[in-house]
Amino acid sequence: MSTRARPQSLRPHLLLAYPALMLGILFLVPFGIMLTISFFHRIEGGFYEPAFDFANYERFVQAYFLRALLFSLFIAALAAAICVATGFPFTFLLSRFRRRTQVLWLVFLMSVLSLSEVIIGFGWSVLLSRTAGLSHLMVALGLMSEPQSWTPGFAAVLCGLCYIAFPYTVLVLYPPLSRLDPELTEAARTLGASPLRTFFTVVVPARRGAILAALILAFVFTLGSYLLPQILGRPQEWTLSVLITDQAIYNSNLPFAAALAVFLMIVSLALIALTLRLGRSGTAERPEPGGAR
Amino acid sequence: MRRGIPARRGATGWLVPLFATVMALYLAAPLVVVAGVSLNAQKLLLFPPQGLSLRWYGNLVTDPGWLGAIEHSLIIAGCSSLVAVSVALPLAHFLWRYRVAYARALFALGIAPFLMPPVITALGMLSFWATIGFYGRIEAVILSHAIFFVTLPLMTISLGLESVEQQVIDAAATMGADERTLFRTITLPLVRPYIVSGFAFCFVLSLNEYIIAYMVAGFTVETLPIKIFNSLRYGYTPEMAAVTVLFVVLAALVFGLIARYGDLPRLLGAWSSRKD
Repeated sequence: MSTRARPQSLRPHLLLAYPALMLGILFLVPFGIMLTISFFHRIEGGFYEPAFDFANYERFVQAYFLRALLFSLFIAALAAAICVATGFPFTFLLSRFRRRTQVLWLVFLMSVLSLSEVIIGFGWSVLLSRTAGLSHLMVALGLMSEPQSWTPGFAAVLCGLCYIAFPYTVLVLYPPLSRLDPELTEAARTLGASPLRTFFTVVVPARRGAILAALILAFVFTLGSYLLPQILGRPQEWTLSVLITDQAIYNSNLPFAAALAVFLMIVSLALIALTLRLGRSGTAERPEPGGAR
Repeated sequence: MRRGIPARRGATGWLVPLFATVMALYLAAPLVVVAGVSLNAQKLLLFPPQGLSLRWYGNLVTDPGWLGAIEHSLIIAGCSSLVAVSVALPLAHFLWRYRVAYARALFALGIAPFLMPPVITALGMLSFWATIGFYGRIEAVILSHAIFFVTLPLMTISLGLESVEQQVIDAAATMGADERTLFRTITLPLVRPYIVSGFAFCFVLSLNEYIIAYMVAGFTVETLPIKIFNSLRYGYTPEMAAVTVLFVVLAALVFGLIARYGDLPRLLGAWSSRKD
């Protein structure tokens, strides 16, 4: 790293100009426009005029949007908690599997993670449906008297959200857990601790930062889910992401949609900034003195 | 390379395979059911399928609606991945080769869109393209996807560059190679697998992306996810199940190839690079 130098001539800067321009024009400018529009004034018929008022922001306070916001935060937090609670032990085991098994799992997880929400929503709606789903199987096994449909509903949305967030959580936790020194757990085992005790008293405390980071990232990830609440849920299970699109496309109220998006962005950015701070303190390899909170 | 510790068959020995099996079932269940449904002979949503038939797969390549969606999706995924790599490569290379403050800021800019809920980027893109009058064009979708997914090649290429030995670069420079020769004869061949993985990640994710494509050109350029969602609204058609199966197979194939010819655990962040 010490050999990295400051650029001597102008040429390297010219090479950088292209990515800089692309990111500047296609990322910063759109955000600037969106931020500007969020203060604009809407005119009936889908247009808007330049203005500077907070009316769009004041509109959230309406019970309807506030309820949607609270519901989005609640279901995202619940899904994140479930995914980390199952994903953390799972990733720990995964990182201890033989390399071949690990690679197979990683290919499987990446494949699931890359699938479109439309496809996952469709898959779950079939799985929870009356004619082709789980209940059909339960009836065949004699566990239920007649098949029933479990979608749309809260449980179906939660199931779908966990499905998309689980592979994500595992891949977020994979680097910190696979880099965990195996001698740490071996020492605990040699000293007579059971595998479960080793896990809870050695692995979990050693990766507390990673757990928090994974919680927050999974939370932001599920917060962005847009199609699953629509496919698997009823209107009362629609999240803020659904309402943003609704306002932008169907109600042609771009200023209000922009205000909602800016708000969602602030929440996400604040959480990501928190994650980065946690990440920085979490990478310090030394165990905290005292250990307890 | 680290070997796994041998499995201990203690009192809790059966717990690990059980847990892994439950998770595998949870992740595979919807896909298995959809695959089964796609084989129904009749236009029915039944599982287990009744009467086996591949006609819905055939419909995908004969029906102009589905064929058009496949074509749009492939064009968008191919072009946007190319653009994403073309933005990521010089940026990652500059960051690796030189030390300047603003390059870090650019790197952060390349990571940011991917970490936020995609609906935000989607709305930003919609505002942008509508303002400059490109709303509804396929080029707008391509560029939007390229910027949204630039994070992936940026990460993989940076990872690849970190594994290039600085001594090799120094040796070549001492022997008189200029920047251009250095890049062409040393750096590029060494990071090529990482460029390919970055492209592949981008390609698969762009193929599956819905919300940005929908907001930027949903009514004029119908991609596969948009087509599936539109069909889903008007009830069930078996072609949806068939196309889902194709998506799963394609993703598994691409990531399988990356794992076969590259180091997937390392790409995903296992084992710190270079230090050990």
